[in-house]
Amino acid sequence: MTSDHHKGIAPHQCGQCCTHIDKISVTLDRHPIIEDVSLHLHCGELTTVVGPNGAGKSTLLKALLGEAPHTGAIYFHPVFGPGREDAPAVGYVPQSLDFDRFSPFSVSDLFATSLSRFPVPFGCRGGVRKSALAALESVDAGELLDRSLGKLSGGELQRVLLALSLTPLPNLLLLDEPVSGIDLPGRELFYRTVSELRHRFDLSILMVSHDLAGIASVSDRIVFLDRRVIAVGTPREVLANQDFRHAFGLDLEDLEPS
Amino acid sequence: MNTAIDLLAHLPFEWAKYEFMRNALVAVILVSPLFAVMGTLVVNNRMAFFSDAIGHASLTGLGLGVLFGLADPLLALVGFSLLLGLGILALHRFTRSAMDTIISLCMSFSIALGVVLLSRGGNFNRFSRYLIGDLLSITPQEIGWLGLTLLVVGGGLLLFYNRILLIGINESLARSRGLKVWWIQVLFVTSIVMVVTMNLSWVGILIINSLLILPAAAARNLAENTRQYVLFAIAIALVSGVCGLLVSYYADTASGATIVLVAMGFYFLTLALKALRQRFQ
Repeated sequence: MTSDHHKGIAPHQCGQCCTHIDKISVTLDRHPIIEDVSLHLHCGELTTVVGPNGAGKSTLLKALLGEAPHTGAIYFHPVFGPGREDAPAVGYVPQSLDFDRFSPFSVSDLFATSLSRFPVPFGCRGGVRKSALAALESVDAGELLDRSLGKLSGGELQRVLLALSLTPLPNLLLLDEPVSGIDLPGRELFYRTVSELRHRFDLSILMVSHDLAGIASVSDRIVFLDRRVIAVGTPREVLANQDFRHAFGLDLEDLEPS
Repeated sequence: MNTAIDLLAHLPFEWAKYEFMRNALVAVILVSPLFAVMGTLVVNNRMAFFSDAIGHASLTGLGLGVLFGLADPLLALVGFSLLLGLGILALHRFTRSAMDTIISLCMSFSIALGVVLLSRGGNFNRFSRYLIGDLLSITPQEIGWLGLTLLVVGGGLLLFYNRILLIGINESLARSRGLKVWWIQVLFVTSIVMVVTMNLSWVGILIINSLLILPAAAARNLAENTRQYVLFAIAIALVSGVCGLLVSYYADTASGATIVLVAMGFYFLTLALKALRQRFQ
């Protein structure tokens, strides 16, 4: 695991490769969705996966979550937290949570049902409430604890889900297009929060995104995926890649990568 | 149990003189909270149509019980409803067809089969007791059994309440939190079948689902969080259960259906309160 993949990457904080994705392939109804995807994700680093529609970005996340049957292997090397090598703690923030917005379900209920087995109708235990509040405060959302989940704005909901995915602290955090459908100030706040968390908790984060403008400044590495890994590198490297520029129509404009 | 029923005889009301009314009242008070709590989960997990199908499927279970000459068709009833419930779940999982289509198919099939089996020989009327239910015929021994179901199913429901609720909010999210979604759904379906079939003979196939859904649906209009949701549902179920029973005594109507009408009244009341609250916000 000390091969070429560390080249050109800023030295990561813990000095370990936290997640090692080795030749993952997913086939659905005999159609290959992703093929031979190999990646190394490091602690304290944010890796962003970009690619055209149908490139298999979400499928990659599903494979990592164990929801999509796949060939190849995923190794986790937890350096902290509750995860074990065979049962990794993966945090997940879905694209947009599809739920009944009229449900009488508060943010505190969401934490209580996820963290505790003490029946919510009997109330939320003090310890659970405390850790929910701490998690929400780490994403600047402490005031949302007693709000109704269905009445949150898109940006607020994503921050709540981010806070939930950090409790307990995972080894790997997966974000599936977390800012789609959020207004610009909301996006900036979300990126700033994720960026801080990455350093504070030395998290390895894998994000899928379409938001090219936003990810260039926040990502440590960008993976250009189109069924296979076409290019991997720093934002500067990938944004200069001809295939990448072609796929996103950037070769038509004479723009310098920022 | 018997002492509780006997104590009621000291109440200064005309109906309290009759043993069948005392039995019915105890049964209603025992079962309403369980229906309410289960209802909150059924409504939240969008399974109202599913529990309806379970109720109707018992017609077939009944038919099979009669066909095989069982003295008490309850066993055939529970067995068939369980088979159908888990069958719907499995079909949904493996064919990935829409849930409501599968439920509709299974329900049509089981009702048709049930009617065919029960109408053989031409006296379907014998079974109308199961269609509209007969709360007043409940015996202390049956109440004992109800209490036992309450303890077992209610306890299990509370033990798994958080997990079932989270699956109802979003399955993928629940799965990413490490929940074994499939097994929890199997457990939930089994408990729905138990509650519906055990209470069928006194509530009736036609209205049992309303009793499950209405208190929760009414509570949803007012509640802001899960705790309020469940507490309101229990209160509405208890009040409409007791009021419905007493109204049915004085109006000389079927008690199960009267209870449902009172619960329906509560639903519209909460709907109006919700509209009022929104106007003044």
